[in-house]
Amino acid sequence: MKSLIDKLGKTFDIKDIVYQRPNLAFVTVSKEHVLNLITNLLDYEGFSHFVLLSCVDWIEDNAFQLTYFLNNPTLKIDIAVRCFIDRNNPTMTSAHHLWKQIATYQRELKEMYGIDFPGSPGVDENFVLEGWDNIPPMRREFDTKKYAEETFFPRPRNKTNDPKEYMKSKMYPND
Amino acid sequence: MSFFSIKTDRSKYPQGGEDGKLQIDLDSHKYVKIWQGPNHPGVTGNMSVELTLAGDEVVEAKTHVGYLHRGFEKLLERRLFIQGMQTSIRMCVAEPDSNEYVFCSCVEELAGIEIPEMAKWIRALILEMARLQSLLRAVPGQGGTFGLGVGVQWGIYMRELVLDRFEELTGGRIYHMFMTPGGVRGPLPTGFKKRMEETLKEIDGFIVNIDNLMFNNAVFKKRAVDVGVIDPSWVDKYGIVGPTARSLGFNRDVRKNYPYLIYDQLDFEPYTTTYSDIYNRTRVRWHDLITTVDLIRQILAKMPEKGDFKAETPNVLHWRIPKGETYVRSESSRGEYGMYMVTDGSEKPRRVNLRGPSYNNGIAVLEDLLVGANIADVGAIMVSLQVCPPEIER
Repeated sequence: MKSLIDKLGKTFDIKDIVYQRPNLAFVTVSKEHVLNLITNLLDYEGFSHFVLLSCVDWIEDNAFQLTYFLNNPTLKIDIAVRCFIDRNNPTMTSAHHLWKQIATYQRELKEMYGIDFPGSPGVDENFVLEGWDNIPPMRREFDTKKYAEETFFPRPRNKTNDPKEYMKSKMYPND
Repeated sequence: MSFFSIKTDRSKYPQGGEDGKLQIDLDSHKYVKIWQGPNHPGVTGNMSVELTLAGDEVVEAKTHVGYLHRGFEKLLERRLFIQGMQTSIRMCVAEPDSNEYVFCSCVEELAGIEIPEMAKWIRALILEMARLQSLLRAVPGQGGTFGLGVGVQWGIYMRELVLDRFEELTGGRIYHMFMTPGGVRGPLPTGFKKRMEETLKEIDGFIVNIDNLMFNNAVFKKRAVDVGVIDPSWVDKYGIVGPTARSLGFNRDVRKNYPYLIYDQLDFEPYTTTYSDIYNRTRVRWHDLITTVDLIRQILAKMPEKGDFKAETPNVLHWRIPKGETYVRSESSRGEYGMYMVTDGSEKPRRVNLRGPSYNNGIAVLEDLLVGANIADVGAIMVSLQVCPPEIER
């Protein structure tokens, strides 16, 4: 794994290398170099299996972390390529041409975090939410409890009674 | 070519325009839109497939999810690590123990905890029992999509027997939470091995009966052979894993390729075929049943009699895990089941992201695989991919 990272380091400006396990490494590259790096890993290094595309919201740093997980089924190693994008202008180059399922991940990230992937098939279509008119719900500042209380409460079914008083009123209404 | 399919003149069907999209004019009355689901016996859960049909042939399919409204991954960001156990396991009802394992493993790896040997064996036992109960529904369920209901009833009965063992071991039938960060909650009950063996003997007979009922059944063969054929080039292109990849000749099994727990001490070889239609995908899962029963026997025979079952952990109500991130995978009955966890040094995970096989199978694969299929085969193709919608909409 280390020799591979060293080799990639000669071509790409790789930072923050973390060897989490002997067969799993995390690396960070700039937003502009991510597509080049994962294309290189796919075409020349045998990382043919795309595992996952994920996002982490670092609201305190005003950045979204995108993590592309790639797996080499022959060498049985994983590499996670991270990049950070501006939270105020969350746009990233689409990678749907490399693996078919990436379009689904990108569509989900658009809906859940508001990250745009121009050109990705169906990226503007609803994924899970329908008629959503609030901020993207997976962003850290979205308060699920507050939203639920404002949107769904109070409901008649949530009315509670004091059992003692309620039974008394039902059983002895004239008392 | 399907047994029932009729050769058609493709020129009458919608063609791709300049942008590559199909030119479907619904006003021409040549096409009709039908929604399969969300309430439909041919759908594997809370999802629907929007089908555009020309006659009885599918020309376009679109998967729609969003009927669960749960948002597990968001909820996990607001719960302590120990509270996350109850939430994470509910991401897949069919096989919650894979969630238990990957969640606990992520926490342990990031917190630097090594679990005792005994806990590894019990976890492996639980994972194999979970695979067994899942396959006992999935394999005969494939016959059920063709109207072969008797196998489903047998399977449900057999699954109940496995759930009895789960109840005996963990106290729960569907959701167990027997694994906990640091190990498991207890040792095996007295006499458990003997009762498990009795259950496995019953399942041995069921496996033979299913072979006769489904795989030597003319109707099943005529409905399943050469239907829903996946090309081998799709495996990496679509991220296909597990039994579906094995049916294409790719030996993708996390237990074998990335041994975890005690799987490197067990003797097994995943079954593969080289042609992936509904029949062979079901056949691979049927062989997985045999392998799973064998693995449970091996685990019970080889596991230590005594030993610690839980490592020391901090007070779970004030447990802060250092900043870090990891990805842990396991092999569920549907294939690679992974979890990506990011921690920031606080009492709660910063991000938890589940990678279930259904995410690819239920959207990218299914939408393309259904094109050209007969509407009568849509449910069967979906079931043959073992799509579990909560893994998509988590």
